[in-house]
Amino acid sequence: MRFSHHINSRTLPLIVTSLLFVILFGFGSIAYPSFFSAQVFINLLIDNAFLCVVAIGMTFVILSGGIDLSVGSIVALTTMVTASLVEHQHWSIYSVIPLVLLMGAAFGMLMGVLIYVFKLQAFIVTLGGMFLARGLCYVISIDSIAITDAAYTEISQYRIMLGDEVFISINAVIALITLAVAIYLAQYTRFGRTVYAIGGNERSAQLMGLPVGQTTILVYTLSGFCSALGGVLVTFYMLSGYGLHALGMELDAIAAAVIGGTLLTGGVGYVAGSLVGVLILGVIQSLISFDGTLSSWWTRIAVGVLLCLFCLMQRLFERGGTSFSALFAYWKKPLEPAGRAD
Amino acid sequence: MKRLPTTWRDLARHPLFWPGVTLVLLCLVNVYFNRSFFAIEIKSGHLYGSVIDILNRAAPLMLVAMGMTLVIATRGIDISVGATVAISGAVVASLIGGSLIIQNGVQTYVSNVPMPLAIIAALAVALLCGLWNGLLVAGAGMQPIIATLILMVAGRGIAQLITEGQIVTVYYEPFFIIGNGFLLGIPVSLYIVALVLAIMLLLIHRTALGLFIESVGINPVAARFSGISARALVFWVYAFCALTAGIAALIITSNVKSADGNNAGLLLELDAILAVTLGGTSLAGGRFSIMGSLLGSLIIQTLTYAIYSLGVPPEINMVVKALVVFGVCLIQSEALRAMLGKHLFRTGEAA
Repeated sequence: MRFSHHINSRTLPLIVTSLLFVILFGFGSIAYPSFFSAQVFINLLIDNAFLCVVAIGMTFVILSGGIDLSVGSIVALTTMVTASLVEHQHWSIYSVIPLVLLMGAAFGMLMGVLIYVFKLQAFIVTLGGMFLARGLCYVISIDSIAITDAAYTEISQYRIMLGDEVFISINAVIALITLAVAIYLAQYTRFGRTVYAIGGNERSAQLMGLPVGQTTILVYTLSGFCSALGGVLVTFYMLSGYGLHALGMELDAIAAAVIGGTLLTGGVGYVAGSLVGVLILGVIQSLISFDGTLSSWWTRIAVGVLLCLFCLMQRLFERGGTSFSALFAYWKKPLEPAGRAD
Repeated sequence: MKRLPTTWRDLARHPLFWPGVTLVLLCLVNVYFNRSFFAIEIKSGHLYGSVIDILNRAAPLMLVAMGMTLVIATRGIDISVGATVAISGAVVASLIGGSLIIQNGVQTYVSNVPMPLAIIAALAVALLCGLWNGLLVAGAGMQPIIATLILMVAGRGIAQLITEGQIVTVYYEPFFIIGNGFLLGIPVSLYIVALVLAIMLLLIHRTALGLFIESVGINPVAARFSGISARALVFWVYAFCALTAGIAALIITSNVKSADGNNAGLLLELDAILAVTLGGTSLAGGRFSIMGSLLGSLIIQTLTYAIYSLGVPPEINMVVKALVVFGVCLIQSEALRAMLGKHLFRTGEAA
């Protein structure tokens, strides 16, 4: 009885997503003999740790009603700067990592300033940021730089054993810690509540006296920081820096957030949902690779179809309708200004 | 301060003034590095020279930018044009394919499917992509960036599916005319651009369509109340945008004689949006300028050409483009204008 109180338009997408994950994982376990194991599940986290971190940053941006298209490029730039400093300048890992994290945060902050102070569209500013970061990668080098530094290879190989057979990587642990911090930030701090308020209605938030400007800039700073941290995880995972790393990761991050139940119009969603979103993207990849006959481009199509279904579902919740026909009955009504739905 | 003569002030206020000035400046930069920049020769009956080369290479971008202008004018955005180019290119390349066979001692090129049929199929597929986007935006009321994001994600997968993950090469000679051919000394692709431009200008200036699109962009609700079927209009604008992407795909595929699902039209959506904004159309919708978008496309292509002639790796182009995006956005920013206006006004008073 009490549980039914918790099912509403805010939590339903998250419940649907979690169920979908269970169904997909269950399907894999039935279809492929070796699929159902703790290690396959943990590998989902290990192989997608960087996406998880990037998606967490993206979730905050989307919750505030914005969008950040630069995340993939910042990941690539981070790997490039790291590889170049470690390999060519022989910097120590302890000075490189804080530097690249700071750089990512500063990059995000600059975009936040452009968006808030000059009232520019988040979409176009972060598009510019995407070009800039990718371009800067190529200024450093056009080729891939392999990382051979001992500290990096050690972190990359390190396995934390959970029981006899099952292990987890440092990347996955960092992703889980980031998730815990992000949940705390979103649910239990003034900053988090302000983000939800801005996403709900920026004007109301302003009138309530909330620090809208400061929070907007902080949200993009956080996203830049998460992208840089994602980039650090990519250097651990791939042991290289390359301008073509994380191509299109912004799309995966947005898809993970949307599938995880965050409304694209802002104000509604949970950071934890994005983890489930990332796991679903991961399980689709695993299913396709376990199958062996399906080509990898089916992943893109599957992600597109899922994204579409979840967006349509969001529209239904926004309209407050319950049937699919309500969606297209909407045709007769006047077109609303783009952006906010209500 | 002396007033400028009226004709000059009118000229400076003309919406195409600043894009035009930018293009002229870029050309001057090019002339500085390459004295023969404006030289046009006639080689084997074709016009030949840097300017012709820039025009020819800008053709796909010009086409997509024209379609994108209308989408942006209705307050929308279409980030799936690159994926549409990939799908459409894959369709036309796999349908034509082609091979050289010797028939009765004469070499002839044979296509898998008659070429006009393949071209119609490719355009139909592009149109279908646009109808899908239109359905999501106008029908389901999704935000344009998200609605078109779906096709952007799935589109390249679909293109790979059509080409079976391979790069499909075309061996059918007549198809190369679209992207490489010349007619009366001028590249065929430019005739295609001119044709689409003529049709668009006719529809926009000779019918009320242009006014309808502008009014939907300025105030959708008011447009609806004045009896404009805003939804149908937005729907068809997306369809048209994808169709221009389909035509661009024909030129691109014909030019490189192959279709690559991964790389065909990569980042084309960004260039097109950049071209439209450079041409003076505001991303907030409303007033738009097709000629401005054409100038914007030429600015981008001339910039690329300048970067090539500087001998810098072409990838660094992206940094320059990013700075241009920021610059253009700041110029268009009302907030910055207000700040600068205040500042200039004060100094004006002091003087």
